[in-house]
Amino acid sequence: MTSTLEAAPAPVDRPAERPAAGRRHPPRVLQVLAAAVAVVLLLPLAFLVVEAVQDGWSTLSPILFRQLTATLLWNTVSLTVVVTTLCAVIGTLAAWCVERTDVPGRRIWAVLVVVPVGIPDFAVAFGWKSVFPSVGGFGGAVLVMTVAVYPLVFLPVAASLRGADPGQEDVARSLGVGRFRTFWRVTVGQARLAILGGSVLVALVVLAEYGAFEILGFRTFTTEIFSEYLTAFNTPAGCALSLVLVLLSVGILLGEGALRGRGRATRIGPMAARVARRHRLGRARVPVLGAFVLLVALALGVPLGAIGYWLFQSASSTLPSASLGSAAWHTAVYGGSAALVATVAALPVALLSVRWPGRSTMAIERSTYLVLAMPGLVIALALTYFSNNLANGFLYQSPYLLIGAYAIMFFPLALVAVRSSVARAPVSYEEIGRSLGRGRLQVLWSVTLPLIAPGLAAAFSLVFLEAVTELTATLVLIPTNAQTLATQFWIFQNNLAYHQAAPYAALMILVAAVPSVVLGRWFDRMPGARVPA
Amino acid sequence: MESRRLAGVVAAVVVAGGLLAACGAGTEAGSITLYNGQHPQTTQALVTAFEQKTGISVAVRNDDEDVFANQLVAEGSHSPADVIYTENSPALEFLQAKSLLAKLAPTTLAQVPARFSSSDGRWVGVSARVSVMVFNTDLVRRDQLPTSVLGLANPKWRGKLALAPSETDFQPIVTSVIRTYGVAAARRWLLALKANAASHTYPDNETLVTAVNNGQAALGVINQYYWYREQVDVGPAGMHSSLAYFKPGDPGYVLDVSGAAVLMSSAHKADAQRFVAFLVSPQGQAIIAHSDSFEYPIAKGSDATPVGEIPLSGLQPNSITVAELGDGSAALALLQKVQLL
Repeated sequence: MTSTLEAAPAPVDRPAERPAAGRRHPPRVLQVLAAAVAVVLLLPLAFLVVEAVQDGWSTLSPILFRQLTATLLWNTVSLTVVVTTLCAVIGTLAAWCVERTDVPGRRIWAVLVVVPVGIPDFAVAFGWKSVFPSVGGFGGAVLVMTVAVYPLVFLPVAASLRGADPGQEDVARSLGVGRFRTFWRVTVGQARLAILGGSVLVALVVLAEYGAFEILGFRTFTTEIFSEYLTAFNTPAGCALSLVLVLLSVGILLGEGALRGRGRATRIGPMAARVARRHRLGRARVPVLGAFVLLVALALGVPLGAIGYWLFQSASSTLPSASLGSAAWHTAVYGGSAALVATVAALPVALLSVRWPGRSTMAIERSTYLVLAMPGLVIALALTYFSNNLANGFLYQSPYLLIGAYAIMFFPLALVAVRSSVARAPVSYEEIGRSLGRGRLQVLWSVTLPLIAPGLAAAFSLVFLEAVTELTATLVLIPTNAQTLATQFWIFQNNLAYHQAAPYAALMILVAAVPSVVLGRWFDRMPGARVPA
Repeated sequence: MESRRLAGVVAAVVVAGGLLAACGAGTEAGSITLYNGQHPQTTQALVTAFEQKTGISVAVRNDDEDVFANQLVAEGSHSPADVIYTENSPALEFLQAKSLLAKLAPTTLAQVPARFSSSDGRWVGVSARVSVMVFNTDLVRRDQLPTSVLGLANPKWRGKLALAPSETDFQPIVTSVIRTYGVAAARRWLLALKANAASHTYPDNETLVTAVNNGQAALGVINQYYWYREQVDVGPAGMHSSLAYFKPGDPGYVLDVSGAAVLMSSAHKADAQRFVAFLVSPQGQAIIAHSDSFEYPIAKGSDATPVGEIPLSGLQPNSITVAELGDGSAALALLQKVQLL
């Protein structure tokens, strides 16, 4: 039980109006690093423009302005809106229940609700389709995508609630504000950046999803891009349609920028303010518990059930056998390296955009999100193009380029996680460090990094989870003869050898579950995290 | 000061990484890289036999042939690929038009009847399949089936027809219908198929065969070998479906050719040519006939027929040629127009 001495509301810091360590201009190194990251992340966009303009406007305009484009635009936009809204609600409520209430078994739920993000979307879609063959169309796409990607909201919101100052809720309550309004104005307000960030990720991921919709027979912009590239061999048309997708994502980002506002919620530090007292659910326990069971059953039960069914159904196959161990090893190495690279790269961008918000720094930060709306195949082809045409094939189909591709594709996930924790870390601590004569790097190492460690860990695990399940870019860029769990699963599943595919899917989920479990335990052991229920 | 040190460390890591990659990337003599769009079953047996025979090792990449086609264009003259092997001819025709394929040895081309290979001599036909109907024997009687692919447009198949419109095996049938009846009629036909299939559209023929076999749908059009593979996978007891051929010369009765080519950019052209020559050699063709691929070998003199199938010489497909199938762009434009793609 923690003392109530620190129950007073923490002073609210305003880093936007008080630049770090009295500097009005960001350090040059930080600017250069962040700009370099942004340039690398814009490479795929450059490829799209180069390819699309090749054919000229007269060939592209009939493709862009046909009836089909309008249909697909409607499909894509309506699906994105519905899935994002559902994910924002489910992710936020689940995070609040796990972090702020006495729901029974909350540590187990904290892990179970994250694991679905480690199941490849195409496997989720396949699980549903094989159990309920009639699942499909708009409803099917909403269902499958929602249960597959809501953890992208849950993770940042949970991290944010964990770090937020509960004193503010108490103040609101003591001022006579009702429970519901306190939740809406204070709790949701504190987590607003995280909710917005997570929702943007969901929206962009839905825009770029391909495999699941192909299986479900639902047609979006991305499925059309694939059919232009793949079936029609029409690269310029595929690139032009991808640019439309990029424009859609610019719209989403502008919308989020407008909603983000200027308000900021910091607390004095993870150790100083007292920790949250959990809300007693009382009679609401049973329905809340029921909701968790339902969520996990839908998100985990169906795909796991399908995998289990295949696993224990013996069937012969005409396919050559493969090595599970080597695929698992490659998956872990590629995914882990990519997660590390993306997390490290996100740091300068996050620091710059939070500590020195301005037109140019925001432009750098926002531009890095565009990559999320580009299908993996497009990014892989872009890197293929640059590596072979500008660098003589340097690093092509080597582990380094594949790791780089993952880091590029999932950079925005790392950025959201790092950014929201940097936003909550008070600048004053860094100022104290600086005033004690410590160098900038020393302060970064001994003050800032420990403060934002939860965000870094969340960033690492998010990128890792996504990289583990990546398929389309992996098939293009992986070293010849190497397989990841996802590519080997694909080979088997593509040839309907479900029995052989099942262990790969199962292991993929296990590999993805590891960071979720580790994260959950790590947070529980943090000082002040043990909270009386 | 600190930042300079950090920059130094970063530079060192990058350089070390680059060196490591450069060492790993070098391919020793006597090895080729194969971009395999063919089913791994077929390729694995062929590669193993080739390696034993020649000592040349073959590194195999698996992906969809359509992805490979785009990838090879992006790779351009630096492509690490030496050979591409596909299930269907359109991807090869596309690469040929992009000037990415090398001329094949005349002796290789001479192994196969000219109608199965590129007219420009840049890819060779290796094996063939034929499009047929698959039907669920519990749901449909054989005598109820249409004799032409046009008959599948009949409203009586509403809710019963299975369709895999994005499957590369489906395009040639569309091309063939366009060739026989013209674009307008082909469009009406496709719209009717789309209405009949409704929610029974599948991403590929493997899924389609399984759906028909399980009774989710009553009938569909596939290439014959998917059904034979399904039989191996689920065993004879699990089969609730059968195959039916269209009437001789029907536009739906199309022979699809799987082929291979050597890349213009290949740094190991001699070894690559040997591999392609092996595919159409008597040994390679025998492997295709007796493996689990269930495709027809097509080289001259290889009259082996996969177990249980009608011999190639007994088939009476439509007269459409690989050149007429082309890169399939007319079929695709139509499929897109009716929103099946």
